[in-house]
Amino acid sequence: MSLQIAGVGKDFGKQTALSDVTLDIAGGELICLLGPSGCGKTTLLRIIAGLESASRGSITLDGDDLMQQAAHQRNFGMVFQSLALFPHLSVEDNITYGLRLRKMPAAARRQRAAELLDMVRLPGVAKRAVSMLSGGQRQRVAIARALAIEPRIFLLDEPLSALDAGLREAMQIELRELQQRLGITTIVVTHDQREAMTVADRIAVMNGGTIHQMGSPIDVYRRPADKFVASFIGQTNLIPATWQDDRLIVRGSLFDPGQAARDNQHTSPDSHETWLSIRPEELIVLDNNAASPPGATILEATVRFIRDVGASIEAHLELPANDNQPAQSLVALVSRDKVQHLHSGDTTRIQLTADCTVVLET
Amino acid sequence: MSAPVLNAQQTPAAAVEGFSRSETVTLAWPMIMLSVFFVIPFGTMLAVSFFERVPGGFFEPGFTLDSYARFIDPFFFKSLGMTMMIAGSASLLCLILAVPFTWTLTRMRHHHRVLWLVALLSILSLSEVIIGFSWSLLLSRSTGIGNILVWLGIENRAPKLSPGLGAVLTGLCYLGFPYAVLVLFPQLSRLDPTLHEAARMLGASPRRAFMNVVLPNIAKALVAAFIMVFVFTLGAYLIPQLLGKPQQWTLPVLIADQALFQSNLPFAAAMSIFLLGVSLSLVVCVGWLGRSSQARIEDQSTTQSTTQSAAS
Amino acid sequence: MNRLLNRLFLGAIALFMASPIIILLGVSVNAEKRLAFPPQGFSLRWYLELWNDAGWHSAISNSLLIASLAALLATSIAAPLAYGLWRRRSVWLRIFHAFGVAPFVLPPVITALGLLSFWIAVGGYGAFYSVVISHGVFLVTLPLVTITLGLDAVNKEDLEAAETLGADAAARLRTIILPQVIPYAISGAAFAFVLSLNEYIIAYMVAGFTVETLPIKIFNSLRYGYTPAMTAVAIVFAFVTALVFGLIGYFGDLPRLLGAWKSKDDS
Repeated sequence: MSLQIAGVGKDFGKQTALSDVTLDIAGGELICLLGPSGCGKTTLLRIIAGLESASRGSITLDGDDLMQQAAHQRNFGMVFQSLALFPHLSVEDNITYGLRLRKMPAAARRQRAAELLDMVRLPGVAKRAVSMLSGGQRQRVAIARALAIEPRIFLLDEPLSALDAGLREAMQIELRELQQRLGITTIVVTHDQREAMTVADRIAVMNGGTIHQMGSPIDVYRRPADKFVASFIGQTNLIPATWQDDRLIVRGSLFDPGQAARDNQHTSPDSHETWLSIRPEELIVLDNNAASPPGATILEATVRFIRDVGASIEAHLELPANDNQPAQSLVALVSRDKVQHLHSGDTTRIQLTADCTVVLET
Repeated sequence: MSAPVLNAQQTPAAAVEGFSRSETVTLAWPMIMLSVFFVIPFGTMLAVSFFERVPGGFFEPGFTLDSYARFIDPFFFKSLGMTMMIAGSASLLCLILAVPFTWTLTRMRHHHRVLWLVALLSILSLSEVIIGFSWSLLLSRSTGIGNILVWLGIENRAPKLSPGLGAVLTGLCYLGFPYAVLVLFPQLSRLDPTLHEAARMLGASPRRAFMNVVLPNIAKALVAAFIMVFVFTLGAYLIPQLLGKPQQWTLPVLIADQALFQSNLPFAAAMSIFLLGVSLSLVVCVGWLGRSSQARIEDQSTTQSTTQSAAS
Repeated sequence: MNRLLNRLFLGAIALFMASPIIILLGVSVNAEKRLAFPPQGFSLRWYLELWNDAGWHSAISNSLLIASLAALLATSIAAPLAYGLWRRRSVWLRIFHAFGVAPFVLPPVITALGLLSFWIAVGGYGAFYSVVISHGVFLVTLPLVTITLGLDAVNKEDLEAAETLGADAAARLRTIILPQVIPYAISGAAFAFVLSLNEYIIAYMVAGFTVETLPIKIFNSLRYGYTPAMTAVAIVFAFVTALVFGLIGYFGDLPRLLGAWKSKDDS
């Protein structure tokens, strides 16, 4: 089942919660809507579910116009943030709720509930009250209930946020496996970028009611489209830079960001400010006595603080203020053996290379 | 081509904004019932209070302020003063007993608390007739608690405690105590228990912690509870009659007496309107107090929506 | 020491609360037609008289019938109002909510007099149905408050979950809202039932001289000749009342019904 979202927007009074979101989701794909709270991701999910009406735009499922269908007619399974398990019904009655509405005979319903409980690895609790279950078990019941109706689309709103860290990671993997086994088109809303990276085929990074970037987990991590995406997905260092036609100037030095970035700039040749994004693990800190490679862009920095984070060393550096720019802090993750001689207070050098630097488009 | 915008009629999410036709029909029932049997009766009473009294009969439509003019009368003022005094002292007594009791109640185990609540509710809904009657027995010469004094040898003849002011206050206290507890119960049970514990940790004795920390936090609730109990005891009709002498008859007794035995419905209605004005303004005060103290309590406890007490 | 004081205080309150019941119980088992306490002799003849005497019999059945019908009426008025307000806080509904609560908060003699003038004006004075309707409207508050509490306990996300699982508005009402709210409605009706059973002034003003309810009958016997049967009926009444609240307390969550936010989870 493929889902087409075209120009969907939502206004609450004068406030725009969602502005013209367009998104194509292929059958069997798992999409994560990722963003901080208030970015519109839940609103988008609720519009897809039919729980909220869109102010404009269209949503179609395999060419079938969804805007004409109420939530209860869409046959979409949804897992809610609060899980929304019905407190007055047993586990089995929760799971078979949708089947009872679809007039499935009692024996078949019981059979189906047992299958679903096996599927979410929770056998033998069918007759229990929902209140008797642990957090992880309730999670599984909520998933089983949503899948019981053999939904056309599977929607999950922050499904794992109530679980503690260890259980959450285990459930992420389990959820992904389940989704791939069933081959069901799935949309997951989350604010946790690790969760999104774990489960998603593609991630839609949202902020302020729009999708900032849509891509595979490694894409959005490696090639963030803009400053928001770069800083929201993982940790990054953002260094201001200036395009002067097709030359990029970083803190007074010329820097060659590589062919791809230059090509991008060629499409709109003018002078403007931009940002470089460098992941801490990709920031190159040069040895004190190593010679600067010829032609490389080298910046001087002061070591402020050194922290051992186990697998590597985290160095907090500072680019000193100059005529045009204020001082700027950077974080670098460096392998232990390379930097035994780094001490706080030292002056050191960092090297910018095209491979490890992303020039942000905005 | 029309824009693919949601059809408001079709999505339940959109339908929440208004009511469907069947819902409107269902809502008409309570509206009609309350209009006909609550609003109209009060209107009728208001109208009757301006009607002319027909000696020997009931009344005759008209417009006269005669019934209200009868308020300017030393007898009415005396009864009014007596009513306020009785209701005031009874509610004060109730509160003095109810505050420490409710505080203890909110900190009991669940099933002990339920047991007490069942007892309180049962007494609260006990008919005033039964309460008045049993207290008249308890305070009488032949069957009353006075006989314990005789038995102990303190007195040689059991005192006659009823009818009298003391008996009326005792009866009203008995009537108002469960009510006071139930009015205080929500406020006290929602109070953040860590406040009291924090005070204890800082070295306050339980009683001191209660006086210094709990009381100031519920001061408004206490005033509100006092007014509620006051209005409640103000409405007592049978207890002043059963346990009091005629000079302790309160306004409700006089109203019923005028309406049923003196056949002066206009005067009874006028007194009712007066009583309505007094109680309504007091209740509005409570609402106002409630809003401001509610905000405070909600600051302290982040749980759930405001629930109104079912205190009856 | 503090514990002891606390116990003594609770004991004194319990004694204060129980003493009228104890004396009624004592008087009700007197062998002779005297209001003696401690009782002289022991017999249950006054309880039997309640059953055999036509006067008591009709008062009891009047009261039970009025209370049942009034409780049903009150609940039927309260339920749509509470539901409407839960769905939408419209100004009109709030005004009617105030009307539903008002008669209960104000001194009952005011409502009684209002209803008296009303029934005289429209010609239902002294009729059985007038008492039922008057009590029904007077007691709307109780089911209104309990049903509102019950609806507040329904999680709105549960309704959305039901919606995504295929439930239309009617199915959501039937399968999610009603099962959770009905216990509260029953509690409210039970509250109303008990209070109607014990209500005096309104019943007396509306139809006191023609429809004799139990409290009216007791009061009349107080005036026109004491008999221990009065105490027997009072005991039966107190027992029925305690039984109803005991059932609510056993099956329902009484602390929450009375306005505590949490109850069962703390001990």
